[in-house]
Amino acid sequence: MSLLLEIVTPEKLAYRDQVDEVVVPGIDGQLGILPHHAPLLTVLGVGELRIRKGPEDEYFAIVGGFLQVRPDKVVVMAETADMASEIDLERAQQARRDAEAALSSAYVEPADMANARAALERALLRIRVAERRHHEGPRHRA
Amino acid sequence: MASQRDIRRRIGAVRNIKQITRAMQFVAASKLKRAQDATLAARPYSDKIDEVIADLAQVLSGEDHPLFRKPADGKRLIVFITTDRGLAGPLNTNAIRFALREIVEHSENGGELSLVTVGRKGRDAMRRARLPVEAHFSGFGDRPTFADVTALARLVTDDFLAGTYNRVDIIYTRFVSTLVQRPTMDRLLPMEPHEDTVGIPGNQFIFEPGPSAVLQQLLPRYIATRIYQAVLENTASEWSSKMIAMKNATESAEDLIDDLTLSYNKVRQANITREMIEIASGANAR
Repeated sequence: MSLLLEIVTPEKLAYRDQVDEVVVPGIDGQLGILPHHAPLLTVLGVGELRIRKGPEDEYFAIVGGFLQVRPDKVVVMAETADMASEIDLERAQQARRDAEAALSSAYVEPADMANARAALERALLRIRVAERRHHEGPRHRA
Repeated sequence: MASQRDIRRRIGAVRNIKQITRAMQFVAASKLKRAQDATLAARPYSDKIDEVIADLAQVLSGEDHPLFRKPADGKRLIVFITTDRGLAGPLNTNAIRFALREIVEHSENGGELSLVTVGRKGRDAMRRARLPVEAHFSGFGDRPTFADVTALARLVTDDFLAGTYNRVDIIYTRFVSTLVQRPTMDRLLPMEPHEDTVGIPGNQFIFEPGPSAVLQQLLPRYIATRIYQAVLENTASEWSSKMIAMKNATESAEDLIDDLTLSYNKVRQANITREMIEIASGANAR
């Protein structure tokens, strides 16, 4: 038994495949969706989305997302969704340094402050998701 | 009559212009392709968000939610999208004329109005017309990203929820086909869910943390998506209009080169004839 998962962002259809389980970053913690879940519409937090498909796991970094569980499929709408294997670690680390520099400068406008915080959060998330791939690689199950 | 050398110099100049406009035509054609691809790629998300909004509207229609309600008073806001650069044929002129007509009609009905512009051309035109431009956004470039429009979407949503505006419209140039681009006005707020995107019938979703909380999170993204779509349409229109304009310019340059070549030949012929006469009469005089 599998479920159809779609991940859409304003810029593209990021993922579409039959999967066994998807674990999403809910606002109150991780939320696992298995086939035959009740219809649900919920807000997602900034975090890591894990797809379990056969013996392999796939990771996405999700920002600004919503989850819709329908009888026929599960749809994740997100402002950005980056697959772990496609994250540019160098760039994420650069973004992190930039955001940290912006936050530690002498005077920051409140609006810039919020932007820099959000940028830092995104960069840290990308780094975390990308590093998971580097250290662990795809996990294999018995 | 211009001298042979002058005409030859002009032919050279026109030929250079032709080379440039031809290059611009091809650049525009490839950018148009990219803009169209981006518009298509953005569709799944926007369809999805329309559908979810429709689902929410069904649940929330009983309540008097500020997003669906039409406040009696307040100003009207127009988000006006044009291009940053010119040389795009009649695209911006048409859009500006369309917007000004809308603004004049509205003020005749005695309504107050504010403007937010995207793209330098629109801002400049509104300044010349002495209309107050509340905010301006530019530099989205050839490849607008969703992140570019989120600040604008937030501004619009916050001001609407605060009651500053009772209606928000967006004016942009819709890409109908490569030959036709039409200035268009769409309503952004208050929301009116499309008839054709009703949610799944008889499907009761569980909303976490609750319908209005979800809507609150969804709204800025919905508005951003609508604006993003408009910006993408406008970009596609810009490049196709530019492509046509440059194609016309290239053809005009070719016509001009033909005309100039003809007069060059005439002048050359006249000169040869004159020299022949001079030689002949010189020989006769001897």
